[in-house]
Amino acid sequence: MSAANIETVYEALALKLDTIPTKQHPLYLAKLALLLAHEIDDAPKVITQLNAAAQNLST
Amino acid sequence: MRPAGRAETESLYFSYPHFDAPQDRASLPVSAPVAIVGAGPIGMTAALGLAREGIRSVVFDTKATFNDGSRAICIARQSFHILNQIGAIAPFMEKALGWTTGRSFYRGRQILEFHMPDSPAEKFRPMYNLQQQYIEQFLWQAVQNEPLIDLRWQSTITDVADVGNGVTLTVTDPSGSYPFTADWVLAADGARSPLRKIRGLRLKGENYEGRYVIADVQMPHDYPTIRRALFDPDCRRGGTILIHKQPDNIWRIDYQLRDDEDETEALREETVRASVAAVLAEIDYDGPWDLEWWSVYSANTLALDDYRDGRIFFIGDSAHIVPIFGVRGLNNGLADAHNIAWKLGWVLRGDAPVTLLDSYSPERRGATLDVFANASKSARFMTPPTAGWQLMRDAALNLALDHPFAGQLANPRQMTPYTYADSPLVTNDEGSWSKTAPLPGAALPDAILETGHLSDHLGQGFTLLTFDPELAKSVGHLPIGTLTLPADSPAAQVLGATARSAFLIRPDSHIAARWSQATPSQIEAAFTKSIGGPRP
Repeated sequence: MSAANIETVYEALALKLDTIPTKQHPLYLAKLALLLAHEIDDAPKVITQLNAAAQNLST
Repeated sequence: MRPAGRAETESLYFSYPHFDAPQDRASLPVSAPVAIVGAGPIGMTAALGLAREGIRSVVFDTKATFNDGSRAICIARQSFHILNQIGAIAPFMEKALGWTTGRSFYRGRQILEFHMPDSPAEKFRPMYNLQQQYIEQFLWQAVQNEPLIDLRWQSTITDVADVGNGVTLTVTDPSGSYPFTADWVLAADGARSPLRKIRGLRLKGENYEGRYVIADVQMPHDYPTIRRALFDPDCRRGGTILIHKQPDNIWRIDYQLRDDEDETEALREETVRASVAAVLAEIDYDGPWDLEWWSVYSANTLALDDYRDGRIFFIGDSAHIVPIFGVRGLNNGLADAHNIAWKLGWVLRGDAPVTLLDSYSPERRGATLDVFANASKSARFMTPPTAGWQLMRDAALNLALDHPFAGQLANPRQMTPYTYADSPLVTNDEGSWSKTAPLPGAALPDAILETGHLSDHLGQGFTLLTFDPELAKSVGHLPIGTLTLPADSPAAQVLGATARSAFLIRPDSHIAARWSQATPSQIEAAFTKSIGGPRP
């Protein structure tokens, strides 16, 4: 995906999150993760990415 | 529990008999090849299985009647095959409600309809609903007609001692105590098994957090026998409800308690009535109803490390406790009873070495661990144990409203018979088979024959299933029956068989071995292995 396209997705997700109550963000993002996983149709690939997303979470 | 004003066994639909303790003490036999402790469904099935093998047994039960309340209600296809084999099936066919379909709802909208595999090739439906009282009554009727079984009510086992080649039980009934000696003992005395405690054995495993109230309600509700699961319903936000139809207009309702709900308060009659009324409103039932019985339940996966302790075998809930989701408690126990019954029969008749009995625990404990894996999946969906499971469960349900793929995550994966792939009795094969052919150790699938089903044509003991009359003749010196079918029959297709294929079927209808090109010496070797070693 090009830098421009990923920026488009990044902005759309930020805007969408702001239309959803903060309390609902985890549910929304979990639904999104399942939907994208279904689209990608490659379980090992999805597992790699969900592990990658867990890096550096401590603040 | 029952509503105020009704006695413990005062049911709206079932008459509990009263059984006296044995009266004629002088003529009471004080020994038997097999003693069975517990006259529940598992103990009685074991006794009937032993009788089918020609083995006499004495069954002891503390109670003076059947188990009361709402307990096991779902009997799986494989269990109907067992009931058929032990000659008890007729009243079950008459009374039980067969079903194939389940529906799951999320916030009032259907997100999943699943159908369990079924076809005319199957003699029985995938699942039947029947209250445990009837299961016990029908088995008891069969026991009554069986001269090889002596069932003694109001008889408690108060001590157990190993003696030489047997076990001596101290039996206590209203007239006093007496010793009873058996070669082998089957402990079918339930989840709280006194025998397990006397032997100092402990169940090990996990407890789940979720608590459910079980309520049986009588009402003329016009809905087919379809299992309903309601997730996050209006009447119980965040909770789960299960609804099953049973005979006699009895409806079983299981509803989850919130973490902050007090159990004592939740079990008060007024609270149960209000909760049930809310569930009935949720499913749009506005007719009359009557409360039959209620209780509380929480999910566990617990098992003994070894189902055998010397000459005592633990069968059913005494050996393992599983969550109700997925209906594996009763069904798993019936398979235990069926498994140990033929093995004890063969050993006690002198047709198999005593080493055959060593296979009981690995085979049945393997089945339990498989049940745990499936039941744990179901329990995590029904009752998410942590924030992570809760979020993903809620996401799946919410997504399922518009995307059917997510609804499949709510599929309860109902009971399928276990394959004894790692059993010491099963011969692992080589050779080429289609992927759909049943594996060694699997329960033999059913098929339609010219007359009746394949399951109707199996013999009482081992059966060699062939498609070649010459091969069938070549095993005439072995104590096994033969069934020869046309190589172009539907059965051959189901089994992935060709003209030279053969299957050795055990007395419990599991496949001991299979060959794409069988020879008589291979068959003899597999038979020897499947009875635990060379014949005595």
